[in-house]
Amino acid sequence: MAGTAEAQKQIAEVTGDYKYGFVTDIDMDMAPKGLSEEVIRFISAKKEEPEWMLEWRLKAYAMWLKMEEPDWAKVSFPKIDYQDAYYFAAPKKKDGPKSLDEVDPELLATYEKLGIPIREQEVLAGVQGSAKVAVDAVFDSVSVATTFREELKKAGVIFMSISEAIREYPDMVKKYLASVVPVRDNYFAALNCAVFTDGTFVYVPKGVRCPMELSTYFRINAENTGQFERTLIVADEGSYVSYLEGCTAPMRDENQLHAAVVELVALDDAEIKYSTVQNWYPGDKNGKGGIYNFVTKRALCKGKNSKVSWTQVETGSAVTWKYPSCVLAGEGSVGEFYSVAVTNNYQQADTGTKMIHMAPNTRSTIISKGISAGKSQNTYRGLVKVLSGAENVRNYTQCDSLLVSSECGAHTVPYIEVKNPTAQIEHEATTSKISEDQLFYCRARGLGEEEAVAMIVNGFCKEVMQHLPMEFAVEAQKLLGISLEGSVG
Amino acid sequence: MLKINDLHISVGDKEIVKGLSLEIKPGETHAIMGLNGAGKSTLAATIAGRDDYDVTSGSIEFEGKDLLELEPHERVGEGLFLGFQYPVEIPGVSNLNFLRTALNSIRKYRGLDEMSAAEFMKLVREKAKALNMDPEMLKRFVNVGFSGGEKKRNEMVQMAVLDPKLAILDETDSGLDIDALKTVAEGINAQRRDDTAILLITHYQRLLSYVQPDVVHVMIDGRIVKSGGKELALELEEKGYADVA
Repeated sequence: MAGTAEAQKQIAEVTGDYKYGFVTDIDMDMAPKGLSEEVIRFISAKKEEPEWMLEWRLKAYAMWLKMEEPDWAKVSFPKIDYQDAYYFAAPKKKDGPKSLDEVDPELLATYEKLGIPIREQEVLAGVQGSAKVAVDAVFDSVSVATTFREELKKAGVIFMSISEAIREYPDMVKKYLASVVPVRDNYFAALNCAVFTDGTFVYVPKGVRCPMELSTYFRINAENTGQFERTLIVADEGSYVSYLEGCTAPMRDENQLHAAVVELVALDDAEIKYSTVQNWYPGDKNGKGGIYNFVTKRALCKGKNSKVSWTQVETGSAVTWKYPSCVLAGEGSVGEFYSVAVTNNYQQADTGTKMIHMAPNTRSTIISKGISAGKSQNTYRGLVKVLSGAENVRNYTQCDSLLVSSECGAHTVPYIEVKNPTAQIEHEATTSKISEDQLFYCRARGLGEEEAVAMIVNGFCKEVMQHLPMEFAVEAQKLLGISLEGSVG
Repeated sequence: MLKINDLHISVGDKEIVKGLSLEIKPGETHAIMGLNGAGKSTLAATIAGRDDYDVTSGSIEFEGKDLLELEPHERVGEGLFLGFQYPVEIPGVSNLNFLRTALNSIRKYRGLDEMSAAEFMKLVREKAKALNMDPEMLKRFVNVGFSGGEKKRNEMVQMAVLDPKLAILDETDSGLDIDALKTVAEGINAQRRDDTAILLITHYQRLLSYVQPDVVHVMIDGRIVKSGGKELALELEEKGYADVA
C-alpha cells in the first residue's frame, strides 16, 4: 500500500490537494451505457416507480430530444456525447437493507472518510459539540441512508429520498414536482426530468420549525456516470427549515456530468434557508478531468411574507453553470442570494441568480464574491426583474471580484429589467487584484504565502460566509484555503 | 543578533542602499535617523523580506543564519518583527483572528503546539490593556477605519503578543500625538530586555526622548555616515543633517 500512498501524495501535489479524490471499490448495478427510452424504462423499473412517473419521464425525454444545449454562458468545453455515459449506477443491494448495519461496509467507510455522519450517534467530523444534523447520503444514483427520520417524523417533518417519496407521498410529489422548474425550462432541466435517479424530499408542516439542520451529501463514485439528482423542499405555512448540501467526487481524467434540479416552495410566512458547499472534483492543474456542474435551482416564494435564502460556496467543478433563483410571487416575500465562487487553474464558473419580483413589496438581496486564480474564468451573471404590477420592490446587489493571479478573468454581467417605476434597485460592483501590501503584511506577521492568500480571501468573503450554518462555516473556510493552494507565484 | 555587511539594495536600475554595515547585539536599542529617501524604509523592508527589492551584494545574518535565504514568514519564525510605517487594512479579518493565526503560524514554525483559545485571549487582553487599547478594537477588522494613532498602537499590540527577538520599527512615531507617542514608547520599552533588540527607524529625535537608544546611526544617501551615542540624536536635531555629516 506504500505505493498507493505515494501515488496519492503525488496526485495531491499536482491537484492542489483534493482530498476527496479517492474511489470506492464496490459492486455496482449499472444501466446500459447511453440514453434511450429503454434506459429510462430501466431506471424507472429499478426504482420501482409508479406508471405515472415513467410517463412523465418519457414525456420529458421527448422534449429534451427537441431542445438544444445552451451556449450563452461564458464557459467553453468540448461537446458532450450524451450516449457515452451511464445514467444509472447504484451499489448492489443485498436484499434491500433497511438498517444501517446492513449497509455495505465499503459505503460506511467511504462516508467515514468523507467526514459525513451517517450514523445518528455521530456528529460532523472535526466539529466538537455541534448540533444534530440529519443526513441523506446519495451515492451515485441512489440514496444509501437517511438519518434521524424517526425523530423528524415526530415533529411532522418528512425527510426521505425522493424515490421513496414518489412511492409513499405520490400526491404531494405530483403537486409540487416541476411546479417551480418546468420540465422544458432548459436543456439540462429537461434531461434531469428524464433520467433523475435520486435526491431528497423534504416537507415541513404548518407552523413547524424543523428541529435540526437537514442535509444531503452527494457523492459521485462510478466512472463515466452522470449524476442527476432531484431535490424538492416544501415549507408549509409559517414553517422554517435550514438545509445544506455537500458534494464530492473522485479524481478522474474524464469529465463527468452533474445536472441537478432543486425546487423549493415556501408558503405563507414560511422560510427556507438553503446552503451549498460545492466541492466536486475541479480537474487537475492542467484542466484535465473534473465535473461539469450544470444545475437548475429555483425557489418559489409562493406565500405572503415567505422567505428563501440561498447561500453557496462553490469551489469545485471544472465547469459550473448555476443560478439559484427566487420567484417572488407572494406579497412581501423576500429572496436572498449569498455566493462565494472560487476558481483556480483552468476552472470556469458562470454563476449568479435571478430575482423575479412578481408581487408588491417584495425584496431581494444579492451578495456575490468571485475569486479567480490560476488561469480560471469566473463570471457573475444575475437578473433582477420587476413586473409591472409589483409596487414598492427593493433590490440590493453587490458583486465583488478578487483576482489572485494575472492570467485569470473576472466578469460581471448584471441584467436589470424594471417595469414598475416605484422599484428601488441598487447595484454595486468592484473588481480588484489581491493587494501585494496585504500579502506582505500577513507574511511579515508569520503567515506563509498560501496562508496569507487564504486569510485575505476569507476576509473578502466574510459577508457571505456568515450566512452559512455554524457547523459548516469552519469547514467552508478551510475549503477556500485548500482551493487556492498553488495559486500564488 | 543582527549582522549586516556591506549591503547593496536596488529597485530596478536604481541603487538605494549603497554599502551599509550594521551590527546589533542582544539587549541593544539602535536608531537609524535620516531624511526621506535616505533608504531607511528600503533597508527595513529588505530585512523583513519584501521581494520588490534586489540585494545586489552584501549579507544579512540573523543569529548566525543567512536571512536572505529565508522566506518572510520564516524570518518571523526566527524572531524578527517589522512594525510598519503604514499598517495595512485587511477587511473582513478580525484583529483577534489575525493575531491568533500569526501567533500559531510562528509557533508551528518553532515546532510548538497551537496556543489554546483561552490562553490566547488572556495574553491578548493583557497586552492590549498594557497599551491602553480598547478591547473592542480587537474585534474590529485589521486596521480598517483605524486612525493613524490607532494603527500604530495596533502594531505595538502585535509586537507585544508575538514577542520578537528583534523588532524593527519603521517610523512608528510618525503621525502620533503626544499621548499616543508616550503609549507607543512604553510599548517599545516593555519589549527591551537582555535577550531582545530594537531597531528604530525615524526622522525625528522626539521618540528618542522616550526610548533612549544605545546607538544612533545617521543615514544619508544609502550609507551610514556617522554613528554615536544618544547625544548624536540631539546634535542632529540642533544642527541638521548636513552639518552633522
